[in-house]
Amino acid sequence: MKLARYLLAAAVATASLAATADAQTRKVKIATEGAYAPWNFTNSQGKLEGFELDLGAELCKRAKFDCEFLAQDWDGIIPSLTAKKYDAIMAGMNITPKRMETLAFTQPYAGGPHGFMTLKSSPLAKLPTGNYNLSKDLASAEKAIDGLKDQFKGKVIGVQGSTTNSAFAEKYFKGVAEIREYKTTEQHDLDLAAGRIDAAVMAHTAATATIDGPNGKEMMIAGPAFRGGILGLGVAVGLRKDDADLKKAFDDAITAAIADGTIKTLTIKWFKIDLTPQS
Amino acid sequence: MPTGAKSYFELMQWGPNGWLDEMVFATGLTLIVALTGFLLGLVFGGIAAAGRMSGHRLLERVSITYTTILRGVPDLLVIYLFYFGGSAIVTAIGNKLGYDGFIGVPGFVAGTLAIGLVSGAYQSEVIRGSFLAMPSGEIEAARAFGMSGLTLVRRIVGPQVLRYAVPGLGNIWQLVLKEAALVAVVGLAVHWAGIKIGDVVLIHETRFSDLLRQAHVAAGSTRQPFPFYITCAAFYLALTTLSTWLFRRAEAWARRGMRGS
Amino acid sequence: MDVQFMTDSFLRLLGGIPLTLKLAFSSIGLGLALALALVALMRQPIRPLGWLAHGYVFVFRGTPLLVQVFLIYYGLGQFRPFFQDYGLWWLFRDPYHCALLALTLNTGAYTAEILRGGLQSVPAGAVEAARAFGMSGMTLYWRIIAPLGFRQALPAYASEIILMIKATSLASTITLMEVTGVAHKLISESFRAVEVFLCAGAIYLTINFTVTAVFSLLERWVAPDLNAGVTKP
Repeated sequence: MKLARYLLAAAVATASLAATADAQTRKVKIATEGAYAPWNFTNSQGKLEGFELDLGAELCKRAKFDCEFLAQDWDGIIPSLTAKKYDAIMAGMNITPKRMETLAFTQPYAGGPHGFMTLKSSPLAKLPTGNYNLSKDLASAEKAIDGLKDQFKGKVIGVQGSTTNSAFAEKYFKGVAEIREYKTTEQHDLDLAAGRIDAAVMAHTAATATIDGPNGKEMMIAGPAFRGGILGLGVAVGLRKDDADLKKAFDDAITAAIADGTIKTLTIKWFKIDLTPQS
Repeated sequence: MPTGAKSYFELMQWGPNGWLDEMVFATGLTLIVALTGFLLGLVFGGIAAAGRMSGHRLLERVSITYTTILRGVPDLLVIYLFYFGGSAIVTAIGNKLGYDGFIGVPGFVAGTLAIGLVSGAYQSEVIRGSFLAMPSGEIEAARAFGMSGLTLVRRIVGPQVLRYAVPGLGNIWQLVLKEAALVAVVGLAVHWAGIKIGDVVLIHETRFSDLLRQAHVAAGSTRQPFPFYITCAAFYLALTTLSTWLFRRAEAWARRGMRGS
Repeated sequence: MDVQFMTDSFLRLLGGIPLTLKLAFSSIGLGLALALALVALMRQPIRPLGWLAHGYVFVFRGTPLLVQVFLIYYGLGQFRPFFQDYGLWWLFRDPYHCALLALTLNTGAYTAEILRGGLQSVPAGAVEAARAFGMSGMTLYWRIIAPLGFRQALPAYASEIILMIKATSLASTITLMEVTGVAHKLISESFRAVEVFLCAGAIYLTINFTVTAVFSLLERWVAPDLNAGVTKP
């Protein structure tokens, strides 16, 4: 009996200690895909690594949160946020009007162009290049896209499902080329290497990671670079709509990180170019 | 084969340089998922069979609807329902019952519930069939002796139904074992915190997926899919063969003392 | 329950039906041919061939269909240079062909088992009587064993067909947009799993009810006295 009382007292003491500790730092769970190098990926030990893991740690330090990252498949990442499985999403997710119907976003913490990746031996490798912004100058962007359509007739385009890339492909190439949706970017990379698809529409950052990787020697980025518009307004943290104080904390942290050059350092470290969002 | 490709034995090493340990642990998780699903199915199936034979019109209708729908719809669709909608459904039910917060449904629960519900629909038919196959005289005689309720089920009905049901349940176990592969599609994974004593790590922290998912991850990582999927198939074959042997023995034991086995 | 959403979803799901049916019936047809060949192998005197057939059935019934799909689509993709050299790559390039192959090989094994069971259950007495009449070889087979055996196998075969129709849903894991593929896309876009499930489920139930009803009639036609009410719609 004495032992039991002793144990109970110890348990209560530990619990109250833990409670006071919790009262000071808020625990925030952040979900990421873990399959989208170099933004977020799983290393050979099974641990999550990447630009967003580093940035997340930085933001949480500034916001004084106790953050924990967990991996979640892309196609369930938004419903699980709404169901409160975790509190935030940092997974290379772009701000789009459609997503804003279900989620709230912080200000963007990075951005980058999107385009096509093909095999070097493909006729598509010779597509004309260029830089187009669908938000700022939709007309010339669409003119460029129209010019590409002939080359894509009868070809097969691969995209990751439910992304701005798939929205782009469906809007402009439906009926022109066959569009195949994949669960992860890795799967369309595999099929590109296998010659099952002729091109993948993806972010240049992810394409570069594939090309630099073990099987990417035959691949290259082809054609023009696009950003904005249907391709999204920058990568930001996804939050539940009613989580206003979390949004403010993250927004402030991101502003601070942009101001003191942290984002510039981290993007150069992971992407070799500065992807700080221009206001 | 591309140059620099590792040989099969290099890929399948135990420890940090090879994938054999991951594949073996993943097989363990698959077995746990299948077992949990099967046992849940036994519960659901038993309830559905009882409802079907209860004599209550409404209960019978509900039971028939359950078995018809869950046997007529693809398993993958049911898994999607629970995986993507599980939290929403459970929270909605919770809200109706007066609980205002969220109720999360972890991946393992969603997967095994889905498998359990589907296999339960099939198991209810097997249980019902075995119940009907049981000689009715047995129950009459037991009641004549004054047995009723739980004793009746435990002493007479239970063992008899089990005896007739073993072959059918054996088939359903094989189905469940193979159905467990489907959870690979929704990325069911279990986080294992490892075993530590103080600062000494006995088993390191890791995430387990099921066998097919593990093969898929290894295939993507090494760019050599064929060896891993073949190994995955071989492990599944081992599991099904072992199960067949076990169920044959169970059948023989269940039918001991019966005429004309 | 948003009726407008469900109607929209339903219409989009209808677009997946042709592929579902095409996959299902093509693989069932090819699988039946494969199964007949396998059963023939099992029943003829050269033992090793029989073992081969039994071994094939053992492997394909003992491993999950999804593993078989991934093995054929991703696994064999590793040997692309080899296939291209022999002009065979076209077979494995298209996800439709890969899905069809996996489904066919799988149902071939299960159907072979069903047919074998049916043939085995032909009453020995009937065969003896036929032999007493001087029947043998092909005549014996065509007139007695096959009709009785396949008739016996019908209910189990009906179940196998339903299972195959459900199995086509696995094709969605290799980018094919049959009903389940479309359903998955809809759920990802709208996050409304329950409504989409109800619509997609209704489509599969309708297809399966129709098949069951057809088989019920078939069984009744084949042996009215024995089979009334075996397969229930």
